[in-house]
Amino acid sequence: MEEFAALVDALVYTTSRNAKLQLVADYLRTTPDPDRGWALAALTEGLDFPAVKSSTIRNLLHDRVDPVLWSLSRDFVGDTAETASLLWPGPLTRPGNAPTVSEAVDHLRLMTRANVGVELPRLLDRLDADGRYALLKLATGAMRVGVSARLAKTAFAQAFGVSVDEVEEYWHALQSPYTALFDWAANGAPPPDTGALPLFRPFMLAHPLEDLQVDLADYVAEWKWDGIRVQLAHAGGETRLYSRSGDDITATFPEMADALTIPAVLDGELLVRGSHQGGEANELNQGGAASFNALQQRLGRKSVTAKMLSEYPAFVRLYDVLLLDGEDLRERPWTERRAALEGLLPRLPGDRFDLSAVVTADHFTDLATIRKGTRDEAIEGLMLKRRDSPYVAGRRTGLWYKWKRDPLLVDCVLMYAQRGNGRRSSFYSDYTFGCWDGDPDQGAELLPVGKAYSGFTDEELKRLDRHVRQNTVNRFGPVRETDRSLVFEVAFDSVHASKRHKSGLAMRFPRIHRVRWDKPAHEADRIATLLAMVQD
Amino acid sequence: MPANFSWIRPEPWGIHVVPADCWIDPAREVPHALVTHGHADHARGGHGQTVATPATLAIMDLRYNTREGAVPVDYGETIRLPGGVDATYLPAGHVLGSAQILLEHAGERVIVTGDYKRRPDPTCPPFQVTPCDVFITEATFGLPVFTHPPIEGEMAKLLARLADHPERCILVGAYALGKAQRVIAELRRAGHHAPIYLHGALERMCRLYEEWGIDLGELRLVSDAKKDEMRGSVVMSPPSALNDRWSRRLPDPITAMASGWMRVRQRARQRGVELPLVISDHADWPELTRTIEEVNPAESWITHGREEALLRWCQLHQRRARALALVGYEDEDD
Repeated sequence: MEEFAALVDALVYTTSRNAKLQLVADYLRTTPDPDRGWALAALTEGLDFPAVKSSTIRNLLHDRVDPVLWSLSRDFVGDTAETASLLWPGPLTRPGNAPTVSEAVDHLRLMTRANVGVELPRLLDRLDADGRYALLKLATGAMRVGVSARLAKTAFAQAFGVSVDEVEEYWHALQSPYTALFDWAANGAPPPDTGALPLFRPFMLAHPLEDLQVDLADYVAEWKWDGIRVQLAHAGGETRLYSRSGDDITATFPEMADALTIPAVLDGELLVRGSHQGGEANELNQGGAASFNALQQRLGRKSVTAKMLSEYPAFVRLYDVLLLDGEDLRERPWTERRAALEGLLPRLPGDRFDLSAVVTADHFTDLATIRKGTRDEAIEGLMLKRRDSPYVAGRRTGLWYKWKRDPLLVDCVLMYAQRGNGRRSSFYSDYTFGCWDGDPDQGAELLPVGKAYSGFTDEELKRLDRHVRQNTVNRFGPVRETDRSLVFEVAFDSVHASKRHKSGLAMRFPRIHRVRWDKPAHEADRIATLLAMVQD
Repeated sequence: MPANFSWIRPEPWGIHVVPADCWIDPAREVPHALVTHGHADHARGGHGQTVATPATLAIMDLRYNTREGAVPVDYGETIRLPGGVDATYLPAGHVLGSAQILLEHAGERVIVTGDYKRRPDPTCPPFQVTPCDVFITEATFGLPVFTHPPIEGEMAKLLARLADHPERCILVGAYALGKAQRVIAELRRAGHHAPIYLHGALERMCRLYEEWGIDLGELRLVSDAKKDEMRGSVVMSPPSALNDRWSRRLPDPITAMASGWMRVRQRARQRGVELPLVISDHADWPELTRTIEEVNPAESWITHGREEALLRWCQLHQRRARALALVGYEDEDD
């Protein structure tokens, strides 16, 4: 437990992704089984012990600390587990008989509501403050150390020199403490069997097209829909829905789990039905998609109400098929997989599935015209896929390209700046900017419309940092307010109505397109300009 | 029948000793000031007369040129103030020169602690427990979550990290008066004798400590050093310089901060600290409560900090106490 506690603390204080990878990889390499497996589980999906909840900890402490002192402390620290670890009337220094991670997990698993009040204190008494913190975080299932499941898996791959895509593929076939995964990666055992389970298969991704032109004889064009990329897998009588990062989001979209009953793994865009449709209607589109904003109502929920299901019904617009009726199609060319997908479509319920139509054009320049003409809210741009491309994990050069539609542009005025992280920690690199709420010469005010921290070069960053320091008019903790003098040309993908912001607007993917050192602030755009771009 | 103590009055900008018309650690200019120690939230320039220990006066002179009107009082020495008030300065163990002030008038004894700690500190004499009727105590770390670990462990943590990264340096943010010198002295005590590099803002105070007989070993200025020479070294700066442009001249610094607030993870994270060192010159919760028990006053008055929790503790232990609302005392950097 001491090593795990040290890892948790080191991760808390590390901001760089590479340094985090290194810390986790070192731990996984040097820690024995099954401790490292439990730790990996804690860092990825988190462990669940029904008898140990945040309220359990609170109750334990109420028996030991005055409730007023507890609540004053909890308010100051802001985290129940950390407050408890500090307030626990136990040794400050290491007691010397600390449990191992697996020993702690074994105890935690056996705890019941009836005996947790006796058993959990026994574990806590064997640990110092940092150990108690790590134990309570592990026990309550939320580490919050800035490590995503993907980062932990990448660290695993790095620790043992295996590919992260393989790790992803086997991951879902296994359960914590992932002994078979360590046997395979660290000890050269054969990989785990993934046959009869609805497992996640790593996505094939695309490179941006940028200035490249491709020959439409070799490449096919498809719309790139503005929903969330998902994978639906059905095997062994069970269906699971995965997000792009491999997270199981089946519970969020139960209607999709019910919709697929054929053994298959499908790749598509999850959208919700809406009145204003995306793309040109054709015989393959059986209904409209709503904007991303509508889809957002459904995201991030652990369970859904019947009202949600009926107001924002989900469906998947299919792009590809990876496995079908027990056959792995990933090595086959796109054209064959597409034919299989088209053949599959009649076997699927029409209200839950349709096909992402192929965009036909004679020549690349015609395609450019089509792309330019598209201002449909549910379309992010075009995809270009090599007709002979296999389905391979990750981004492989030359196979798939994404060709996003041109961003929207407005001129905004810099209002606030904050220092960045890691390499940029001494630079003011996070900018909040605004547009005028009327005529600036008639006393209009700036209202913040977005925040961006990318899109400029290192040289520009230095100059921007200098500008912020020299033009600060106010400080609020780490935030500097600047005078209203610098104009940014801000690029963004779309803009939506939002109650969360004072301006009533929220931009998607804003970034600094150009710094307009030359442009006077009063010539920047007004809120009205942005409002006209809203397409909800 | 509780004592009256009408001759000592807490006001928002300081504690007023009425018969003597003196103020303790006033936050604004007054004709007669009694100053407990040299930190900016307690000591300021511009008073007509300033009574303090010789070391505190030297610190104030360095910061505010306050030679005029300086009245030195040694530890254990008593001076008679107008109106029949006696003031005795006693060690507080906070920083060089820091004192508690014992005030006696009409048979009543009041102690104003200023800031204090009970841990050993190689840069100043230890806090002296002295009986009194009213004990006016600080409560900066007045929450039971604050138990400062032994400083030896924190030094070991710092030196282990330094040994692990010989190509980098460790930049330690520390309060310019007291904390910085204590960390340096403790590093020396832990056997670290290599040169330590200083941000310019720390130089004069370190020199002053040396003049007062505290050996800090070899100190060099960052501004005089080449980047490569600082690899594998400890660099000290005030907390405000940690994420400043100044740090760009250092070889890939690991950011550390020596402060009692580092006990709480989010506090350390907010400051972008990679290596938190839980080192404080203030009493932690066990020290605060132990001190009240040992001094055993008839009444405790609690100032600057988390008064509420210490007040609650006094209540739970049947001790008479009240919270004072004084302005201007902040110790975000300790």
